[in-house]
Amino acid sequence: MNNPLLNISTGSRSRVEQGLLSRVLRALHLDGPLLVGILGVLLFSLLALYSAEGQQIRELMDQAARMLLAFVVLLFMAQINPGWLRRGAPFIYALGLLLLILVLATGDIGKGAQRWLDVGIRFQPSEIMKLGVPLLLCWLLHERALPPSPGVVVMVIILTFLPAGMIAVQPDLGTSILIVLSGAVVIFLAGLGWRYIVAAAGLAAAAMPALWMVMHDYQRKRVLTLLDPESDPLGAGYHIIQSKIAIGSGGVFGKGWLNGTQGQLEFLPERHTDFIFAVIGEEFGLLGALALLTLYMFIVGRGLFIAANAPDTFTRLLAGTLSITFFFYVFVNTAMVMGLIPVVGVPLPLVSAGGTSMVTLMACFGILMSIHTHRKLVAR
Amino acid sequence: MALASRIKEHWREQQLFNSRILVTVFILLTLIALVIIRLTQLQVLKYDYYSAQSSGNQIRAEPIPPIRGLILDRNGKILADNKPSYQLEITPERVPDMQDTLNRLVAANILAAGDLAELRELLASRRSFETLVIAEHLSNEELAAFAVRRPQFPGLEMRARLGRNYPHGAAAAHVLGYVGSMSAADKREFDPADYAGTTHVGKSAAERSFEHDLHGTSGHEDVVVNAHGRKMRVLNRVRPLPGRDVILTIDLDAQLAASNALAGRRGAVVAIDPDNGEVLAFTSTPGYDPNAISAGLSRRAYLSLQEDIDRPLFDRALRGQYPPGSTIKPIVALAGLHFGITSAENRVYCGGYFSLPGSSHRYRDWKPGGHGNVSLYEAIEQSCDVYFYGLARDLGITRMGGFMREFGLGASTGIDLQGEQTGVVPSPAWKKKVFKSPAAQVWFPGETVIAGIGQGYMLVTPLQLAHAAATIAARGKRFQPMLRKGARDPHTGAIEYQQATPLQAVEEQDTLHWDAVIEGMHGVMQGPRGTARAVGMRAAFPMAGKSGTAQVFSVGQNQKYNASEVDERRRDHALFIAFAPLDAPRIAVAVVIENGESGSKAAAPIALDVINAYLKPVPAT
Repeated sequence: MNNPLLNISTGSRSRVEQGLLSRVLRALHLDGPLLVGILGVLLFSLLALYSAEGQQIRELMDQAARMLLAFVVLLFMAQINPGWLRRGAPFIYALGLLLLILVLATGDIGKGAQRWLDVGIRFQPSEIMKLGVPLLLCWLLHERALPPSPGVVVMVIILTFLPAGMIAVQPDLGTSILIVLSGAVVIFLAGLGWRYIVAAAGLAAAAMPALWMVMHDYQRKRVLTLLDPESDPLGAGYHIIQSKIAIGSGGVFGKGWLNGTQGQLEFLPERHTDFIFAVIGEEFGLLGALALLTLYMFIVGRGLFIAANAPDTFTRLLAGTLSITFFFYVFVNTAMVMGLIPVVGVPLPLVSAGGTSMVTLMACFGILMSIHTHRKLVAR
Repeated sequence: MALASRIKEHWREQQLFNSRILVTVFILLTLIALVIIRLTQLQVLKYDYYSAQSSGNQIRAEPIPPIRGLILDRNGKILADNKPSYQLEITPERVPDMQDTLNRLVAANILAAGDLAELRELLASRRSFETLVIAEHLSNEELAAFAVRRPQFPGLEMRARLGRNYPHGAAAAHVLGYVGSMSAADKREFDPADYAGTTHVGKSAAERSFEHDLHGTSGHEDVVVNAHGRKMRVLNRVRPLPGRDVILTIDLDAQLAASNALAGRRGAVVAIDPDNGEVLAFTSTPGYDPNAISAGLSRRAYLSLQEDIDRPLFDRALRGQYPPGSTIKPIVALAGLHFGITSAENRVYCGGYFSLPGSSHRYRDWKPGGHGNVSLYEAIEQSCDVYFYGLARDLGITRMGGFMREFGLGASTGIDLQGEQTGVVPSPAWKKKVFKSPAAQVWFPGETVIAGIGQGYMLVTPLQLAHAAATIAARGKRFQPMLRKGARDPHTGAIEYQQATPLQAVEEQDTLHWDAVIEGMHGVMQGPRGTARAVGMRAAFPMAGKSGTAQVFSVGQNQKYNASEVDERRRDHALFIAFAPLDAPRIAVAVVIENGESGSKAAAPIALDVINAYLKPVPAT
């Protein structure tokens, strides 16, 4: 590699990597800074969940076990050479697509939505696609000259919207939007011309009314509720109102851990899943929320750094996309909880209770670490 | 060459990628700034608003009702207290099988099968942790039936609640009144903050009039509740202050005597202490069971009370209006003396009827053939109508009516009970006001004549009559009748006594005039030809009285009243006023018995019973 940036970075690193910890990390293909950021967020998660779940140590243990499992997945993904991953991308995508079809055909109905597939353990195939779509698109663009030609762009659009559409009809609008977003990020990072971007933005604006037409009633209600939550304080607006009260009443310093009345007294719905950010805002205040956001930004920043230092198109695009998608998870959830955007079922990454989303995210971080730690091998 | 171009492409792609990363970083920073701005807006700028919202969400003040004060008689005997009554409460979330539990309660005769549907509906409308009363006022049998099966009924609880209890039942019903659930009107009348937890409020008579004393001060608990309204913990507790015990002027013995004597009749007895206006007995019959009403009557039971032809809910003592009949004669006699129309010595011939000059209409005396020559004493003693016909004519309605009003007739006495009737003391002006047609507005001289014996338009309440009797006994001194003797602080036991309220006295200072009238009334009881001599002879002390018989049904000019031919409800009302002892009267009584026919025979014995119960004379050995 004759990239000067890369040379400088590896040169400075080699001088630092001396201690035992560094050697262990290197042997396990782990990235120290990223790991620190992730562990920080997971710690936040355990504190918030213990409070949100009524201080039940059992629930906490369950979540800790899920974290451990997710960490094993991360460790596993970190060992996989990005080259292998690239070659496996089409198969992963195909598998995800197959499972999605299976869900639509037979899926378990939970909370009025067909998202789950019961294969020994219940899991959502849409989670695979969160990773499958970026993998496939990066694989697609890796061999081609960038910026992508119009033909490639069309292919990218089709390959993105096919699974996104299937997920949307489950219906799981949140995940669907995030998958489309990840496709958009890939193509943006790949250098899609600005006029295409502007044209796409215009098209998206024009498509809004059409989207409104195909939305489910509950989805429309969420949008309307966002505009005026007080119009339905006990129905659809209840979540947003209670969540804003929780966060607002936390103030700068918060009510203190386990002292958040909105959460402890169950005024806050779904406080251990989608609305856990409100619990954090209430109990830890503005300072706690900023601390969590800082950790998230650190993780995203580290991811983008890894992307910038990645050796080839596939890894670059993949690392960038995964990092930015992760950011969007954070943004969509926090903005939703604070009533900035409609309520879409997106958990707060790494913090909300639940295993599937965590495993997927940790797999992504494993890939990021793999990209970073396998870099020299690729270069040679 | 191909390789070189490939490398060059890589370089350009890297550059392109890095520029895109830069743009991305810019976008991400913008978005995260948005999130931080929103956080700041919620947590810093609108902190006060959301903080208040949060507190309002979770803290609820739960009222604790105070314990109602007791009602005591003048000697401290209990007239109304609070008695625990047992009720069965169910907490649905703790009941394993609701259907089965309800069925077993029916099987154990604790619930009626007919109530099940309504109960299920009620259960369905409540939250599962909310306790619901499923049976009230459990009898001892029901209590026992439940107690032995208690382990079979998880989620069910027996709870004692304080209910109002009137140990003497109907005997004091009309003076004590009763309590009942707060109505919408009650909620408007009483301070909602103070009555937040109060379920029962005084509805009538003393319970209503002295509600302010009896109620006490509500306490409250500030409790933290969760989103479902479940109580989580108590933050702060302010204990309620029990209500004050109200001491009535009522003498329980006199009250019971009055009530027993009236048993089975429609009528009223009011006894007053002439020295201060304290009401010693206050009875109206038929009564009702205040315990049953306070516990809550079914709609049907209440309607049957209301529609009862004898009107048990009607307080005759306070609201019943009757012609006073001859009981008015002592006042008319005093008016004659006061205005110099007659004197104690003046004799009038009674030939059995009276006619106005130029008229053939005969105003008959009750005694066919008449009383002969009668003095004022004899006129009162024997209740000579002719004497008073003439006296009334000579006085004229204006002077006579005005003098009657000085005794408190024709106006509220001002007793501390609500709903008092005023009665009527007629006058030409009154007639003009009440009647519409000019023909009916004319005051006829004959109307003055019959007013002299308490007939015609004149109406009095038993309370007014007792007040008038007390006024005669006190020789013109008047006191506003009162029931509330005082109130006792439940903590300190300190009693705050109510002062007697003197009213404008009767303008007659001549002791001899009073003596003459009172002596006449003494004659009624204990004179040689007194109308109530049969009763007066039984009294262990000298006393005064006056009988009265009021027409309900007018007898034609040439007809004779014959009780046996007249329907029971159209027979004459029997009235009696009395006071004792004669020299220093301590009690004045008025008795009215609807359709009792004869004041001296039906009403006088009751007056004596009440006086005896109060004075408790030692029988002469």
